[in-house]
Amino acid sequence: MSDTQRAVEAVWRIEGARVVAALARMVGDLGQAEDLAQEAVADALAQWPESGIPRNAGAWLTTVAKRKAIDGWRRRGRLDERYRAIAREWEQQTEEPEPFDDDVLRLMFTACHPVLGREAQVALTLRVVGGLTTEELARMFLVPVSTIQQRITRAKKTLAAAKVPFAVPDPNDWADRLDRVLSVVYLIFTEGYAATSGDRWVRVDLANEALRLGRVLAGLTPREPEVHALVALMEFQASRFAARAAADGSPIMLPDQNRARWNRAQITRGNEALARADALHRGRGNYALQAAIAQCHAVAPEFGDTDWDRIVLLYEALGHLTANPVVKLNHAVAVSMASGPAAALPLVDALVTADALPRSYLLPSVRGELLARLGRDEEAVSELTTAAALVGNTRQRGVLLTKVEELRRGSASGGGATGKARGKGGSGVEGG
Amino acid sequence: MKYMLIMRDTDESIEASKQVPFEEILNAMGAYNESLVKAGVMLSGEGLAEATEGFVVDFAAEDPIVTDGPYGETHELFNGFWIIQTATKEEAVEWAKRCPLGPGSKLEVRRVHEESDFEEYQDNEYVQNEKAQREELEKKNKS
Repeated sequence: MSDTQRAVEAVWRIEGARVVAALARMVGDLGQAEDLAQEAVADALAQWPESGIPRNAGAWLTTVAKRKAIDGWRRRGRLDERYRAIAREWEQQTEEPEPFDDDVLRLMFTACHPVLGREAQVALTLRVVGGLTTEELARMFLVPVSTIQQRITRAKKTLAAAKVPFAVPDPNDWADRLDRVLSVVYLIFTEGYAATSGDRWVRVDLANEALRLGRVLAGLTPREPEVHALVALMEFQASRFAARAAADGSPIMLPDQNRARWNRAQITRGNEALARADALHRGRGNYALQAAIAQCHAVAPEFGDTDWDRIVLLYEALGHLTANPVVKLNHAVAVSMASGPAAALPLVDALVTADALPRSYLLPSVRGELLARLGRDEEAVSELTTAAALVGNTRQRGVLLTKVEELRRGSASGGGATGKARGKGGSGVEGG
Repeated sequence: MKYMLIMRDTDESIEASKQVPFEEILNAMGAYNESLVKAGVMLSGEGLAEATEGFVVDFAAEDPIVTDGPYGETHELFNGFWIIQTATKEEAVEWAKRCPLGPGSKLEVRRVHEESDFEEYQDNEYVQNEKAQREELEKKNKS
């Protein structure tokens, strides 16, 4: 890659969202705005090596994109009254007006619109809000560039077909739609935090990108406690990155992590973000409760110092807000840590009976862990083997199979407590 | 990647900045900081008070010698910093170029070490010691 290309990409990451957002507001169509912006980027790549990077690169790109839009409409004979009016207005402007911050917010809501599927929301958000190239996205998601391109093209077509307005939602829809944006950002983060595919356990690049999107959103909606809370949650979880993987890349579970390697500055930022959420005095929502749980871990100097009673309470509150079975499972893990495995097993069995998490490795992995702690090794081996067969991440599978091996050895030598497999909880779920 | 943007000034640039209404500097810096925050890249940043309020610890002799500021003639006075997180070095360059500094001022930009730079030293006794010290502190704070 040439120096200019790298410089243009850097400018695009900084300015791209504002450029696309301003164009989308003017032409009323995200897809068209993105295409125009890309044409402007192509011009930049051709011209900037000669001319240098303009001082106001964002305005330069917007101006070029607008000119291309007018040319395109004329060429396609699409200069009906609406476009004629836009073109007139643009041609009268002497300089590029500053984009509104709200444009970027509209961009986020549009990219995460409910007419789009999850994958499309993720790809489009990273592309237009995060300013990532299709090549970067393909690398991040371990798929061919063409796959990403198709996802983005389809997403833009879907938005156009559904006539999705480039706007922030009505007050009635606001909370639901904001929640959707937050869940897309968090999905990007978790894909980095516990990669579901491939052989890498932690994908820092994706997680950092999600954190940046979260911070951008917090800047745009400072009065929304859940936005600050999501940032807090991501900061707390990301603070453990360095401690979550061994030198060979295999996962290190929460009880065994070297807490000296947790990033204190990041924990401090997490504390600040959660305090900002709480300071709005609107109670703790879904992300704030999760952040508070992550904070309990972050402030415990040692695994043994973890305030499990408090974590149990926080999970109970969270369980009333969401029907998510993973929350119930985590609650069970916390109960096992606060009151022992015997108290937690019925909670997990209830989830099994309800077939709450079909085809997920989480349930058998936690159940196996509890059974091991209760000394029911044979049943534990069978559960953990099932879990290993279901898990998608190779690193994670290795951890489960190691536990199985330890239990088998333990049984063979007369059931002596094998430190690791008897474990300290921290399986898969609360495990990172 | 994390980068520290280190603001460096000379006597001349500090003098020159005193000729500009302070409000103006405040606004320019405020707008710059805001743009870093809005882009989600700002991690931290501080400006430093007059050098006259500071002091220098010199390790030339057996015992360290503490001298109050001012430092006499300055060519490269460290005046403040930002820490930003970007995906690429070029992005950090782009942000650094946007800093509203006047003639005579310089930004030195340095990458901040990440944990991953020390991966092979995970078992280093000092990394372990730091852990023990922190526990001490936590215990003290609790009591």
